[in-house]
Amino acid sequence: MTTLQSGLRKSVATLGKPRKATYIVLAIFVLGSLFPFYWSFLVASRDNGMLTERIPPFVPGGNFFANAARVFDTVPFWKALANSVIVSGTVTLTTVLFSSLAGFAFAKLRFKGRNGMFVFIVVTLAVPTQLGIIPLFIAMSELGWAGGLQSVIVPNLVTAFGVFWMRQYTVDALPYELIEAARVDGCSMIRIFWNVCLPAVRPAAAILAMFTFMTSWNDFLWPLVVLDAGNPTVQVALEKLQSGYYVDYSLVLAGTTLATIPILIVFVLLGRQIVAGIMQGAVKG
Amino acid sequence: MTVIDKVAPEGSKAGERTSPRPTFRHKLSRWDVKVSPYLYVAPFFIVFGIVGLFPLLYTAYVSMFKWKAGDDDPQFIGFDNFKELFADSQFWNALTNTVSIFLLSSVPQLIIAVLLAALLGARLRGATGWRVGILLPYAASLVAIGIIFANLFGPKYGLINGVLQTIGLDPVDWQASRFGSHVAIAIMVNWRWTGYNALIVLAAMQAIPKELHEAALIDGAGTWRRFTAVTLPLLKPTLIFVTITSTIGGLQIFTEPKLFDALPGSNNGGSTNQFQTVTLYLYQSAFENYNLGYASAIAWVLFVIIVLIALVNFFLTGRLARTPAVKKK
Repeated sequence: MTTLQSGLRKSVATLGKPRKATYIVLAIFVLGSLFPFYWSFLVASRDNGMLTERIPPFVPGGNFFANAARVFDTVPFWKALANSVIVSGTVTLTTVLFSSLAGFAFAKLRFKGRNGMFVFIVVTLAVPTQLGIIPLFIAMSELGWAGGLQSVIVPNLVTAFGVFWMRQYTVDALPYELIEAARVDGCSMIRIFWNVCLPAVRPAAAILAMFTFMTSWNDFLWPLVVLDAGNPTVQVALEKLQSGYYVDYSLVLAGTTLATIPILIVFVLLGRQIVAGIMQGAVKG
Repeated sequence: MTVIDKVAPEGSKAGERTSPRPTFRHKLSRWDVKVSPYLYVAPFFIVFGIVGLFPLLYTAYVSMFKWKAGDDDPQFIGFDNFKELFADSQFWNALTNTVSIFLLSSVPQLIIAVLLAALLGARLRGATGWRVGILLPYAASLVAIGIIFANLFGPKYGLINGVLQTIGLDPVDWQASRFGSHVAIAIMVNWRWTGYNALIVLAAMQAIPKELHEAALIDGAGTWRRFTAVTLPLLKPTLIFVTITSTIGGLQIFTEPKLFDALPGSNNGGSTNQFQTVTLYLYQSAFENYNLGYASAIAWVLFVIIVLIALVNFFLTGRLARTPAVKKK
C-alpha cells in the first residue's frame, strides 16, 4: 500500500518531466526549421554545378561574396534594402503610435459610440484586405502614387490588429488612478497619453513593433502589384531576380540569403520576446 | 457627457480660486476631453475606409463592368462577369486547387502542432531556445522560402528527388503533377506555420490547471489517456480558432504557388494550371490580362466564401466556449 502511494507521489512529481525522446524529436524539428536556410546558403556559396550532383556537398563553398556581388549587379538591391527599411520603419512607427492612441481611447476614455466602434474594428479583422487590391491599385494610379513608396506605406499606417492588441493590454496595464492624478495636475489628454499611458504599455508596444516590422518586411503581393522593378522592396527584387528564362540558383539564393540574414539576426536577438508575445496574445485575446 | 471613466467631472485644481464662469483654460480642457478620443481612434477609421471599406465596395462596383485596365470607357454589364465566372472551368479548377492545398496543409499542420505543443509543454531544459528554434521559419520571407523550396523540389536537380533516388524510390515531378505540386506547396505552408501554431496551442495548454492532470493521474490515467481526456477537450476553442485563421490565410494563398512555377514570373500555376489558386487567378486576371472587372468578380466570390466559412466557424466557437486567442497574419 505504501509503495503504491509513494509510487503515485513520484509520478505526480515527475508530471511533465521530459524524456530523452522528447529532446530528440524537438531537435529533429529544429533542424528541419533550419535546413532550408542552410541549403540556400549552401547553394549561394557555390556555383550552379553543385545542383547537378546527385549527392550534393554539405559544406559551404567560397563563392558567397562573388554571388552576393552579382545580386547587387542584377537588381537594384541597395535601393531595395533602403526602400524596405524606409517602408517597414515608417509603417512600424505609425502603427505603434496610432494603435496605442486608439487603444488608449478604447481602453480608458469614455465617448459616444465607443463600444460600437470597437466591435466594428474587431469585425474588420476578418476582412481580407488582400481582396481589395484592384480598386486600391486603381486609386493609387489615379493619385499618381503607383510606383512610389507612399503607395505601400499609406495603406499600412495602422491595423485593426494593432488597435485591438493595444486596447487589450492597456485595459490592465494602466490604472485609472494614474490618469486621474495626471488630470488633477492639469495634463492635457495628449500629455497623459505620452507621459503616462505610453510608458505603461511599452512591453505590448514593443511586441507590436516587432510583429509589424516583420510583417511589413515580408509583405509581397501588394508591393508586387504597385511597385515597379526599378524601385522595389527586397521581396519584389527577389522575385525579379528569379523570374527570367534561365534561373541562376546561386545568384537567386544568394539574394534570399542576403534578405533573410537581417531578419534572422533580429529574430535570434529578440526571439524570447517574440515567443512570449505570440503566447501572451494567444491566452489574453 | 464625455468624461474619463471613474474620474470626477472637471474639478478645479487644489487651491485654485473657482470662478463662476469657466475660464478659457477650463473650456479648452473640457473640449480636449470631449474631442480627443475621436481624434485618437480616427486614424484607424480613415485608413480602413481607404484601404478596406472603399476597395470592398468599389470592387463590387467594378465587378459589374467590362473594365479593362487603362480603358477610359468601361461598359456596364451587370452580373455578366459573375455568370461568366461560374461557367469558367479555370475558376473552379483554381477553387479546387485552393481547397486541396488548404486541406493538405492545415490538417497535418494542426495535428503536428498539437503534438509539438505537448512536447514543448514538458519541463524542458532551455525551453525558450527550443521554442525560438521551432518558430524560426515564421521569420523567413515568404518569397525567399518560395524560391528555396522551388529549388529543393526541383524535378531534375532538386535535393528531394535526389534523396528519393538515393534510397531507391522513383523521383516525383513535383511541379508537373497536380497532386505532387499540391503536396509540395502544402509542405511549404506547413514548414512556415506549424511552429507558430504549436506556440498558440502551447499557451492554451499551459492555461489548463495542473490539478486536473494530477487528479487524472491519481485516477490511474496514463500519458496518452490524460492527453485525450483532459488536454484535448480543453483545447477545443483554441483549435477552432487556429482553424479559422488558417482557413482565412489558406484560402488566400498566393506567394507559394506563384514562386513554385517552373516558368518563373508566370501566373499560370503550372503548365495546365495544376496549382493555380484563386488569388493567383485573380492576380493573373487583373495584372496580366488587365481584366479588372472579371478579377473583381473573383475577389468578391472569394470574399463571400471566406466570410461564410468564418461565420460558420464563429458560430461554432461561440457555442463551444469563450477562450479567445489572437493570431497575427
